Amino acid sequence: MSARPADPLEPGDRGPSLAIRVAVPVALGAAMLALWEFLVWHWQIPKFVLPAPSMIADSFLQDYPTLFASLWITFEITVAAFLIALVSGVALATLFAQSELVEMSLFPYAVILQVTPIVSIAPLILIWVGLDHIERALLILATIVAFFPILSNMTLGLKSVDHNLRNLFDLYGATRWQRLKELQFPSALPYLLGGMRISGGLALIGAVVAEFVAGSGTGTGLAWRIVESANRLQIPRMFAALLLLSLLGIGIFLALSALQLMLLRKWHESAMRRES
Amino acid sequence: MAVAARTAEDSRGASPAGEAPMPAATLIGIERVSKVYANGTVALADVDLSVGQGEFVSLLGPSGCGKSTLLRLIAGLGAPTAGRIAWPLAGNDLAHVPRGELGFVFQEPTLLPWKTVRDNVFLPLKLAGMSRREAAERIAETLRMVGLENFAAAYPRELSGGMKMRVSIARALVTQPRVLLMDEPFAALDEITRFKLNDDLLRLWEAQRWTVVFVTHSVFESVYLSSRLVVMSARPGRVSADLAIGAPYPRGEAFRTSPTYNEHCRRVSGELHRAMGEASA
Repeated sequence: MSARPADPLEPGDRGPSLAIRVAVPVALGAAMLALWEFLVWHWQIPKFVLPAPSMIADSFLQDYPTLFASLWITFEITVAAFLIALVSGVALATLFAQSELVEMSLFPYAVILQVTPIVSIAPLILIWVGLDHIERALLILATIVAFFPILSNMTLGLKSVDHNLRNLFDLYGATRWQRLKELQFPSALPYLLGGMRISGGLALIGAVVAEFVAGSGTGTGLAWRIVESANRLQIPRMFAALLLLSLLGIGIFLALSALQLMLLRKWHESAMRRES
Repeated sequence: MAVAARTAEDSRGASPAGEAPMPAATLIGIERVSKVYANGTVALADVDLSVGQGEFVSLLGPSGCGKSTLLRLIAGLGAPTAGRIAWPLAGNDLAHVPRGELGFVFQEPTLLPWKTVRDNVFLPLKLAGMSRREAAERIAETLRMVGLENFAAAYPRELSGGMKMRVSIARALVTQPRVLLMDEPFAALDEITRFKLNDDLLRLWEAQRWTVVFVTHSVFESVYLSSRLVVMSARPGRVSADLAIGAPYPRGEAFRTSPTYNEHCRRVSGELHRAMGEASA
């Protein structure tokens, strides 16, 4: 209590201030864009090979209703896949923690699901569920990709409970549910949040790859916009779609990092600022 | 058990601790207990020991003498390979000892890092089904006892090693146990903090007279604290000496610097050397 923990959002004594840490990469980015613009103009590069940033911005302004509609669809699939992976991964890991037999029997299959390249099972999933509902196929494929980091991290977390704390709960006759709620879940939380950060990015990758393979359903996601733009040689639009995908990925990463910081900053080493 | 404990306290009150060991009702009877681990290590061999109501018993010995193992067996964390641990005042079985009657303090503070000091101390009561409101008064009182009333809302990481240990002790005391089992609780602390915690522990013990079984590898600490001192030898672990430390309580700085204290330390040191000699022979 003597030393209040520093606010993690405040700049610490170490390293440059927050303003500089933002300003430097932004300035670098701006310089690169300027150089890009200049080189495209200087060498007269055709726009179907490499469009200038100004052209991409132009295309963005023209097509933004279509692009944002696609962004929303990709976003929906990604978030839904992530949430399904989260709930089912946590549930299965909890089941594993209750019985070694269950874990022993099921874990190898979870691994098989993980190591099989998703692109290779996409046509199969598409035939099974996707002929009428392509979105469902996309959702399943993205979920499969996002599932494993949650399962494996949560399983590891539930097992990493301090031995003496286990004994303490034994001594006070904790029920299985009390042990899970008061000890195992909180112990596993830092592991789970680490898994979620990986899984959030993978859900987006899964959604994009699945759409590349499966094509679009009733709505068209960003991945299909990219394929479509490539086919029509609308390269500036393709870059605009790419930019949105990157922004979505960054958004997911930042949101999950913020969640991690919020949940752990009071007690976990990973989220604390030290003064020395 | 409660009734018998009162009787023991009364008899102690009538005759303050003298040179002779106190005839107290046996609370824990360790009867020919052996513990062999799966890898073949014999941690304990034929240990016989009885702990009386209200005693402060230290188990002292070199590392590997099985003193921590013995403490864990008493707490029911594992079963003896042979022999038994009897609780004569509770139908001879730990299963009949109510959960809260036994407090355990680990070598590490063993706190839940995501809970505040208050909630860490609340834990045993919560696990017993008590609501936060019912427990509030008792938690506050226990925190006062260990001198942490101003740190109830702090998280463990904000505390020093000594303060974490105080939280750990408060957690063990909050159920108002009759037996306190302590596994080298102060071993990781600096000497100044340790002296302070020794004094505080003794003060609480004198006021409440639980029975304490205290595992340590420090001769000085065990002499200072204990009413009785059991020296153990290693490989296999067995009892090698059982000594009464007859100095009266309350003990304080005066005792720590007295010739009697030195005399006891010398005697215990000798016994410890003998125990270690036995082990290597």
